[in-house]
Amino acid sequence: MKRSLAGRIWLNATAVVLAIGFVFPVYWMFNTAFKPTRDILSEDPVWFPFHGTFEHFATAVHAPDFWTLAGNSVVVTVLAVALSLVIALCGAFALTRMRFKGRKGILLTFMVAQMAPWEVMVISVYLIVRDADMLNSLVPLTCFYMLMVLPFTLLTLRGYVAAVPRELEESAMVDGCSRRQAFLKVVFPLLAPGLMATSLFGFITAWHEFPLVLVLNKEPGAGTLPLWLSQFQTRFGDDWGATMAAASLFAVPILLLFLFLQRKAVGGLTSGAVKG
Amino acid sequence: MQLDGAAAATDQAAARTGKGGAPPCGRGSRRGRGAPYLLLLPALLATAVFLGWPMVRNLVLSFQNLNMKELIQHLTEWVGTGNYREILGSEQFWRVTLRTVVFTAVNVVLIMVLGTLIGLLLARLGKTMRLALSVALVLAWAMPVIAATTVFQWLFDSRYGVVNWVLDAAGWHAMTDYDWVGTQLSTFFVITVMIVWQSLPFVALNLYAATTTIPKELYEAARMDGAGTWQVFASVTFPFLRPFFLATTFLEVIWVFKAFPQIFAINQGGPDRLTETLPIYAFTEGVGNLHFGMGAAISLLTIVVLLAMTAHYLRLTLRQEAQEEHEEAAL
Repeated sequence: MKRSLAGRIWLNATAVVLAIGFVFPVYWMFNTAFKPTRDILSEDPVWFPFHGTFEHFATAVHAPDFWTLAGNSVVVTVLAVALSLVIALCGAFALTRMRFKGRKGILLTFMVAQMAPWEVMVISVYLIVRDADMLNSLVPLTCFYMLMVLPFTLLTLRGYVAAVPRELEESAMVDGCSRRQAFLKVVFPLLAPGLMATSLFGFITAWHEFPLVLVLNKEPGAGTLPLWLSQFQTRFGDDWGATMAAASLFAVPILLLFLFLQRKAVGGLTSGAVKG
Repeated sequence: MQLDGAAAATDQAAARTGKGGAPPCGRGSRRGRGAPYLLLLPALLATAVFLGWPMVRNLVLSFQNLNMKELIQHLTEWVGTGNYREILGSEQFWRVTLRTVVFTAVNVVLIMVLGTLIGLLLARLGKTMRLALSVALVLAWAMPVIAATTVFQWLFDSRYGVVNWVLDAAGWHAMTDYDWVGTQLSTFFVITVMIVWQSLPFVALNLYAATTTIPKELYEAARMDGAGTWQVFASVTFPFLRPFFLATTFLEVIWVFKAFPQIFAINQGGPDRLTETLPIYAFTEGVGNLHFGMGAAISLLTIVVLLAMTAHYLRLTLRQEAQEEHEEAAL
């Protein structure tokens, strides 16, 4: 059935307005980052950065320890996400494909773990890490980030594992595979989109975590990029150009990752979701 | 966790388990009785060490009077239930709790309703427009929370912010130099716009993906019966995606309730601590005012409130699991 012309125009107009609304803050961040200061602090907004400049990016990158912090961020994020994926996948497989005593209790544990208010537990975390003499180290940071994303990863992967038809696994086992082989050769490849989709959440969580790193890794050069970003807000105050340049640099890796992974993620969801 | 607002395109999977879950098994479990425990061991161990331990530590702290002096000198001063009595007896705590519940409810309702509408819109658009809107949504979704809060502060800046300029240009001249973080309501307005902006893509994109799994015949049958747009949604889409709506609402409640950087960065819970929600309140009391024992007690009460808000969903999920196990046993 065909929709009326007026109806279609109305739909598309709404979509255009929404798209602009969603993109605008992102656009404005980049726009401000590239504008010279006199264009930023002007009575009428300058909508396009015609007099583009990189000076704000230079300010941002020349902040002390930028590259060290960036490296720390990448290491901590990638390790935390990879670890949580591996650990969660094992657990998710057991929770969906096996029946055993205490299953519901364990499930509930992870659902509650998802609610942990990390921001307000920083004190006890600080005391534990201090007593272990591991302040300013990346190891505890990685471990705690891993756990921040673990419950969500595990619960979400559970859905993906459930969506892989059991028959595939069983026929592989009839063909002589062990259960482990059946999992690695048959189930795992089908889970790839699910793993990618789930990892997005982990990446973004670990990448922008702030309260914990603020308390644990105070030494210069020991922290991660969110510390650097927050410096701009406090130290430069009204230097919106440098702040936006820093925010842009901070956001770009995640934006790229999302654009790259998101299509696979949603595609994977739809193809897997057919089974009710 | 932003969650922040931000997260992954994945919830529907969780929703699916709510409904169908694991296909019937029964075989295989006899072999290797220890296997599931072995597979779960790393996850449980990590949770016990990195979450359970801090939680226990937190519980212990909540019975102590721990300030900067005690922290530095490694002193322990027990106060029994003193912290709890003081908090539960203070009017401030109950006001913050009520505020947090209302704040969470308003945001989650906005996110779910608007997210659903945008998801349904996506399903009706042509290919090009759908791609354009999807990319826009993904960009908003992918903005790291800290970067987003910085940008929103800049957008709502009183002197050079675009928002005030637009409002002024539209004829609302009182808004020319409007200070958005000056009053409780306007500060909450900015925070809500930001949280909703960041959370909508997750709901909309996943809802769209979920609608593509609804069998076309169901829609055709409904239309044949003369159902209008709203009736089709109420009689086909919503019932079919019920598990999705439940699971997504659950996650949004958690994420909005725990929203921390968004609120903290905009105005540190101000003006006059009037936009403090429970997490901010716990942080300000504990870390900000250096009453660590008190902060620990509030954080535990925060968990209790969140558990109460999500109890319904937790119960539903567990009942479903029990039902599935029961059905499998009957097979």
